[in-house]
Amino acid sequence: MRMSASAAPHKDRSVLDLLYSPFSEFEFMQRALVGVIAIALGGGPVGVFLMLRRMSLTGDAMAHAILPGAAIGYLLAGLSLPAMTFGGLAAGVIVAMAAGLVSRFTSLKEDASLAAFYLLSLALGVTIVSLRGSNVDLLHVLFGTVLALDDNTLLLLASISTLTVLALAALYRPLVLECVDPIFLRSVSRSGTPTHLIFLGLVVMNLVGGFHALGTLLAVGMMMLPATAARFWTSDITMMMIVSVLIGIVSGIAGLLLSFHAELPAGPAIILSAGIVYVASLLIGREGGVLWLAWPGKHLEA
Amino acid sequence: MDAASAAIRFDEVTLGYGRRPAVHHLHGDIPSGSLMAVVGPNGAGKSTLLKGVVGTLKPLEGQIRLNGPSSEIAYLPQVAEIDRSFPLSVYDLVAMGLWSRSGLFGGISAKDRTKIEAALAAVGLIGFERRPISTLSGGQMQRALFARLLLQDAPVILLDEPFTAIDAKTTADLLDLVRRWHAEKRTVVAVLHDLDMVKRVFPKTLLIAREPVAWGDTLDVLSADNLLKARRMVEAHDPHAHVCQRSAA
Repeated sequence: MRMSASAAPHKDRSVLDLLYSPFSEFEFMQRALVGVIAIALGGGPVGVFLMLRRMSLTGDAMAHAILPGAAIGYLLAGLSLPAMTFGGLAAGVIVAMAAGLVSRFTSLKEDASLAAFYLLSLALGVTIVSLRGSNVDLLHVLFGTVLALDDNTLLLLASISTLTVLALAALYRPLVLECVDPIFLRSVSRSGTPTHLIFLGLVVMNLVGGFHALGTLLAVGMMMLPATAARFWTSDITMMMIVSVLIGIVSGIAGLLLSFHAELPAGPAIILSAGIVYVASLLIGREGGVLWLAWPGKHLEA
Repeated sequence: MDAASAAIRFDEVTLGYGRRPAVHHLHGDIPSGSLMAVVGPNGAGKSTLLKGVVGTLKPLEGQIRLNGPSSEIAYLPQVAEIDRSFPLSVYDLVAMGLWSRSGLFGGISAKDRTKIEAALAAVGLIGFERRPISTLSGGQMQRALFARLLLQDAPVILLDEPFTAIDAKTTADLLDLVRRWHAEKRTVVAVLHDLDMVKRVFPKTLLIAREPVAWGDTLDVLSADNLLKARRMVEAHDPHAHVCQRSAA
């Protein structure tokens, strides 16, 4: 029973219809919706910890490190989900682990060692791609296909977000403690290094999941933008993760609708929506937003 | 002194960075239940010594033996090591002192909550529970960290310059906790710079300037002669240093 926007008796109905009918009528929109919700569920909390651990740029570097791995998978097996997923995971994990270990056991800091490794893997990937000549299908890797997610991809995205949420719940204490007071953690437990490595593994998994929908370059956006926006609304870590998931979902829906009605490419529309939420939070967020800093109100007595 | 009564035993220990010693051939015992100060000029190896005991730094030579697992040591590093901008409440920071019992997953029971409240009360931080640690002053932060030490309930407590840049009132309050730990027969080792405080509160002292200068009763150790010896330590590395021939055996 479909009612077109023009046939709706009230104006309210037509606005609702604009928001609702794309998802009720088109299967690819439903699939995209499921996909972005799954990505937001895993990406938001991971982004919050990346931000709190001062590793925001690490996510970006990891995304670049995944690209050549996925490209190699594509060159060997074509547009195959397992091959590209495995290639991306392998490249990401190798770079993350190598950078993590180098920073832990030498005097080089993590950002520097990560830069070294991702540049290396990027150069390697580009070289391999150029050996076989480029292909239009490689755009799939770069910008994703959020409007063409098949069952297997949706299953992969859902599995990744499930695993991420469970793993973060299990590692919550050492993750927090390692940011605040790593020396204390080392004095009471040996879980610091494995926690760090598992966390990097989660980052890679979420980026690989994200690249199927949004491409390697935009996948980080669904991680960092909701997380940084959430920081402006609360100083409680649990709330921050919840808010980041909500912002991710809202941006995903807004982006899909924007793309549907304005005929914009879906991936960039989603990230742009998240960017708008970020800028709005930066301005009016209750925890250190620009407006509250500029007009804090008259000081209290104590 | 027999092994059973030594909380920490140093066996010709050399600790350092690269091949350069920061603590050179330390030998001796810290008896269980002692209250000991570690003093010496900057760069003398005091913090390095504590890191060696906690186990974050492996000795270049020799052995540090503990009477019990290293998880039974509560260690307070210098203040600067904590990320104060992290969104964590005072309550959660203090509650982490229960780690050895709650571990990764264990919940915090009603009994634990009473303990946490008692620890907060002992350091005078009632009413600060919900405050983010970023809003604490230096002295308040140190009080919170002492509350965490209380909860760790460890037989051995190591303090690295716990009263640096802390006001007189807070120092006095926290020193009372140190005295209480001593009365409870815990082993307390503190790196300090205030020699008057050391003489007043700490019965034993280790004076160190890379080489151990003197170790024993505080008043004997802090003689003018020994202090002068410690002050003469050369901080710079000798580019032509030979391989040390003293054996660890």
